[in-house]
Amino acid sequence: MAAHTSQSVAKAADGETGPDAGSAVRGRSRRTDGNAGAKAGGKSGGSNRPGLKRALATHWYAWAMITPVVLVLGVIIGWPLVRGVYLSLTDATERNVGRTIGVNHIEATYQFIGLDNYAEVLADPVFLQRLVWTVTWTVACVSVTFALGLGLATLLNREFKGRAAYRMALILPWAVPGFVSVFAWRFLFNRDNGILNKILEGGGISAVPWLDDPTWAKIAVIAVNVWLGVPFMMVALLGGMQSIPGELYEAAEMDGASPWQRFRHITLPGLRTVSMTVILLSTIWTFNMFPVIFLLTRGGPGDSTEILVTQAFREAFVTSPRDFAVSATWGVLILLLLTMFALVYRRSLRKQGEVW
Amino acid sequence: MTTDSALSAKAASARPRGKRSALASAGLHGTLAVAAVIAVFPVLWILLTSLKPAKHAISTDFVKEPTLDNYRYLVESTSFLTWFGNSVLVAGITTVLGVFIAATTGYAVSRFKFPGMKPLMWTLLITQMFPMAILIVPLYNLMGDLGLLNQPLGLVITYLTIAVPFCAWMMKGFFDTIPVEIDESGRVDGLNPFGTFWRLILPLAKPGLAVTGFYAFITAWGEVAYASAFMVGDEHLTLAGGLQTFVTQYTSNWGAMSAASILIAIPAAFFFLFAQRHLVAGMTAGATKG
Repeated sequence: MAAHTSQSVAKAADGETGPDAGSAVRGRSRRTDGNAGAKAGGKSGGSNRPGLKRALATHWYAWAMITPVVLVLGVIIGWPLVRGVYLSLTDATERNVGRTIGVNHIEATYQFIGLDNYAEVLADPVFLQRLVWTVTWTVACVSVTFALGLGLATLLNREFKGRAAYRMALILPWAVPGFVSVFAWRFLFNRDNGILNKILEGGGISAVPWLDDPTWAKIAVIAVNVWLGVPFMMVALLGGMQSIPGELYEAAEMDGASPWQRFRHITLPGLRTVSMTVILLSTIWTFNMFPVIFLLTRGGPGDSTEILVTQAFREAFVTSPRDFAVSATWGVLILLLLTMFALVYRRSLRKQGEVW
Repeated sequence: MTTDSALSAKAASARPRGKRSALASAGLHGTLAVAAVIAVFPVLWILLTSLKPAKHAISTDFVKEPTLDNYRYLVESTSFLTWFGNSVLVAGITTVLGVFIAATTGYAVSRFKFPGMKPLMWTLLITQMFPMAILIVPLYNLMGDLGLLNQPLGLVITYLTIAVPFCAWMMKGFFDTIPVEIDESGRVDGLNPFGTFWRLILPLAKPGLAVTGFYAFITAWGEVAYASAFMVGDEHLTLAGGLQTFVTQYTSNWGAMSAASILIAIPAAFFFLFAQRHLVAGMTAGATKG
């Protein structure tokens, strides 16, 4: 890596920079970072441009570099977002949005109706039902995934024969595209022909209606999501563990700390940053986990496993007529809930940070 | 006697890490073996099913009269190859555009402090937790207006909403791991920031680009919601939509479905296992330092 670098530096230097170009560019390209600036200044013998102008020039580069992403964010995320919020304040459905059929363009006829959709959705007991299940699902999935991930990472964070093989096997679920895994599980869960029930029957236990009974379906979707989520959790936590300095453990062993004490007082605190990040990420992912529910149960049986995201999808693309406005309303509510969660989470982290 | 056992207990706790009693060792291997079986079994079972002739598809025999009939059926009698092609096209373009657009931003955020950086970082983070539920209807209407429903291009544009913030975020993590001294040497040698980025940093970041790109690829490869909503009709479906039709249309043709699953999973899994070590580092580094 080092050789490669010096080579390309040399090449770059030979290639195109005379002394004039060099000093001109150097002046403009100074980093705002004081340390780096000082270093570069020292080497170049110091050029004394006014600080403000230099800062502006530096920012010009940064701004030019972020322009593509800002454009993308604005056009295909920002605009739809604004429009989604607007749609949630209208009565737009499949029938009254503007559309083009052949050469005829039909003008949109939907109207602004204020907060009526929100009143309607929030007053409907379905919302509370979905919310309670979504929260249950998220908490169950994240806590079980984290516990298993932590346990497996702890086991793998040692030297022993076959470690690489175990690690490879345990990561496998993550390597398979989600919808393929879900189909695989659908096959395993099949009531009459699935291998799980056949194994149970072999053990003299009667078949379990995995996906046909509301309670079992809930257990099944959680199990599948945990199965999908553990590898990421495990690898992230394992990475965190390996970055904890070994001296801490050696010192603790000298002091006679038991393995549990070492785990409790060195490993866990050492993993704090990584844990917080992965818990936040996996909470958000699970809350929005569309494919598992949609492909495994389609929200069923009945609507027992429908989470907020699949409900929003159902309003716009499954039920007829498609209700775009209500779907957007669900979407905005989901976003509000997640934003609130992220803010509370951040605040509680800050508080903890002060205590620690 | 008591002192003896106390001593041995102490010896046990003071045992260097990596050496353990036979019992602990059995526990370790036992737990990991059970976990590994649970992790591997569903995939293995699908693989075995795909090799069974149709009449045995739902049997519990491991392999009986193995055959490639399911694969042959898939290729000859279904639109599988079309879906596969659609997915490759959509995910491929998404990856290239996503990484291309995001790389400079990742670099800018990693190296410069500039007004607007904090809001940008926040936007990148927040858009990653956007539920597709809020974007899907407006994007659907937008694609409808532009005549891009059922077009690969429409899906590519849609996937950029997922790929770009994510790629920028991961690229920042990778650029953070490249020493700033390299940039400085570039500046000293007279390169402007674009030159430094293009000639020095980008070549060094190739592994990072590959990993980010690959992850963008499998994200697009495995996306279900937009693909289900935006693409209709056999010849337009991507794999996520196509696989669904096996269960509904072909009355639970498990054999063909397993074969399809394997064909979809193998390339993705192969590259994934190759890239995953860097993947987590990129993700969590970006998140914790952000």
